Amino acid sequence: MTTRTIRTPRRHTSATSQVQTRFAWLLLAPAILVVFGVILYPLYRTVLVSLFDVRSALDPSPAFVGLGNYVAMLSSPSVWASLGRTLYFTVVSLIIEVTLGLCLALLLNAPMRFRWLFRTAIVIPWALPTIVNAAMWKGIYNAQYGALNAVLYQLGVIHDYVPWLSEPWRAMNLVILADAWKTTPLVAFFLLAGLTSIPSELYEAAEVDGLGWWKRFRAITLPLLVPAISIVVVLRTVEAFKVFDIIYAMTRGGPANGTAVISYYTYQTAFSDQSFGIGSAMAMLIVLIIAILCMIYLRLIRSSEMSLL
Amino acid sequence: MNLSRRTVLLTGGALAAAAVAGCSVTGAPAPAATTGSTGGKLSGTVNILLMKQAGWTEDDWAGVITKFNQTNPDITINPTFVAYEALHDKIVAAAAAGTFDIVLMDVIWPPEFAEKKMILDVTDRVPANWKTEMLGGALQAAEYKGRFVGAPQVPSTKLFFYNKDLMSKAGVDESSIDSWDAVMTAAKAIKDKGLSKHPIAWSWAQAEAVICDFAQLLGAYGGTFTDDAGKLNFNNDAGQQTLQFMVDSLKSGISHPGSPTFLEDDVIKALQSGEVAFGLNWESTFRDLNDTKASKVAGKMGVSATPTGPSGKRPGVNGAMAYAISAGSKNPDAAWKVIEFVTSREVQDPLAKSSMPNWIASFSDPNVVKINPEVFAACKVAYADSILRPQVVNYNKVSAILQVEIQNALLGSKTAKAALDDAVNQGNDALAG
Repeated sequence: MTTRTIRTPRRHTSATSQVQTRFAWLLLAPAILVVFGVILYPLYRTVLVSLFDVRSALDPSPAFVGLGNYVAMLSSPSVWASLGRTLYFTVVSLIIEVTLGLCLALLLNAPMRFRWLFRTAIVIPWALPTIVNAAMWKGIYNAQYGALNAVLYQLGVIHDYVPWLSEPWRAMNLVILADAWKTTPLVAFFLLAGLTSIPSELYEAAEVDGLGWWKRFRAITLPLLVPAISIVVVLRTVEAFKVFDIIYAMTRGGPANGTAVISYYTYQTAFSDQSFGIGSAMAMLIVLIIAILCMIYLRLIRSSEMSLL
Repeated sequence: MNLSRRTVLLTGGALAAAAVAGCSVTGAPAPAATTGSTGGKLSGTVNILLMKQAGWTEDDWAGVITKFNQTNPDITINPTFVAYEALHDKIVAAAAAGTFDIVLMDVIWPPEFAEKKMILDVTDRVPANWKTEMLGGALQAAEYKGRFVGAPQVPSTKLFFYNKDLMSKAGVDESSIDSWDAVMTAAKAIKDKGLSKHPIAWSWAQAEAVICDFAQLLGAYGGTFTDDAGKLNFNNDAGQQTLQFMVDSLKSGISHPGSPTFLEDDVIKALQSGEVAFGLNWESTFRDLNDTKASKVAGKMGVSATPTGPSGKRPGVNGAMAYAISAGSKNPDAAWKVIEFVTSREVQDPLAKSSMPNWIASFSDPNVVKINPEVFAACKVAYADSILRPQVVNYNKVSAILQVEIQNALLGSKTAKAALDDAVNQGNDALAG
């Protein structure tokens, strides 16, 4: 972002330099507006609200409570429970996505006919808006007319339609599955980019040395994929940690709060309960955790060969 | 001048600080006059937030708006429809910006919205005849502490819908299902004959819907939500029996196992499929069940007031709603004009298939009753007695607690007593906080 123009004494500022400075400001204006207006300003307001006992969006003079909301948040078992659910969501969806994503990437990297077609088709789930994906999977899991019930029933696996989303743990896993279906292609593409950057000479040399498929994978593919894997893991961790829309659309936190992740609980606290103070404190907790993850992400991306920075 | 990183940051920071200066913590201005009048101006746009669930459909609304504009060409009505589940949060999120002039408010929200000064007191605008000529249940949705904070939209409660076809095949007489005991016996007969795997569907998802069903059953068992002092007390015997009834019906397979994931629309779909015999739902369900395009049971369904419980009573849950004028409305006079129109008999009566009218006289007007005779007959009984959910400022929090605890009992992770004890303890804490 730094534009260091050639330093000239201010007294002798030439007309050209002034024009250039003005032009630079013009070019920077949208970025300044976005960074300060849409990101930093709301963040500042959230911090401010989190220090007050705000029970209404229209309250002009709420009471200052200092860190009271943070204390209340950290002593609430519901907050910890929802953090636990978020952690479960994040870890399980990462394991599924990276495993499946790696398999997909290996397949898409293999020489075959119509590879371009498969590479294109695989993007489709990722291109769907989350809310559409959620509605679709809600339909698939439906207890009365869901496709999953129909398939399993006709195959004779089940003898009665199952209300898939009616038990907390199962509902959570099925929401994770729906989310993984959509995001695995993204992971696959990151890994595919990593795979294509591995020089083919290495494989040829390994083949000459008589290494089998598995050994080649272990000795060449996996170690050289580590940068790509770490980037995608951190990126997806950040995304999974702030999961909200798929929960809102599929289960609304139910059954029995089984899918109430931290973002959903924050939303509920702020907007349904109108406890904006505690809701803002919870939002700051999410920001803090994600900021830490982002720092790791940026470090990885700077040290990686895939870096464009 | 050098355009360094520091300069850019400082300028941006200064701009942000300038935007902050003069704002309160929430950004809300000091409260203005609460009656909100624009000196009788009757023009401009009226933005109105509505729901697409039960009641008037979007098509009904389009017709009403066209009719309104014939006599009020200077007012433009701009409706926004959201799911019921999104309605409350949308009202809250839009309150500061004053996006909507009129918001549709559920009977459980007046304490919250009125105490937080999100809606206008309209007592002075309400005509005297409303108090005497409108149904009490409808009025309840618009009142708070003896003042009108809105205008009654329509009265509403959950009715009992039954599949006459399945009943006759099972040898169950229509007149026999007057009590929940009789309904369970009939359901068992239908299940035993293999006519339906799970004869009753309920809207027991983690949402307000489950509270409505619980309320109606609680009333049938003779219970209430609060004691005279306003403390939650639904963990008493009546409450426990109610929740035990729900748990048992699910365990025995009489109730559809998908019920803990169902909202009202899912119950309608279950009934429409003809695979389920019984269901509780709002008045407009009868219209949807007889919609030949969507329903396999058109013409085969019956409707009645909710069955009686062991207490011999059958109070319906009060599910009325009201139109409130947002505190941030810039056009409250035109908004009230719209409200007067949509609450009038002339507009409400012809739409009786979608919603019962506010007006007592409509119920004895043969020309109105003939539009939807079965539902009018059921509502006459159903509106005679009602049960109110707690009228408290932080109702949503109490409701969310109860929703989770009811589901804990339904899932078998807690006994009915333990679940209700926990709900009452947490709920009373929430009321105190």
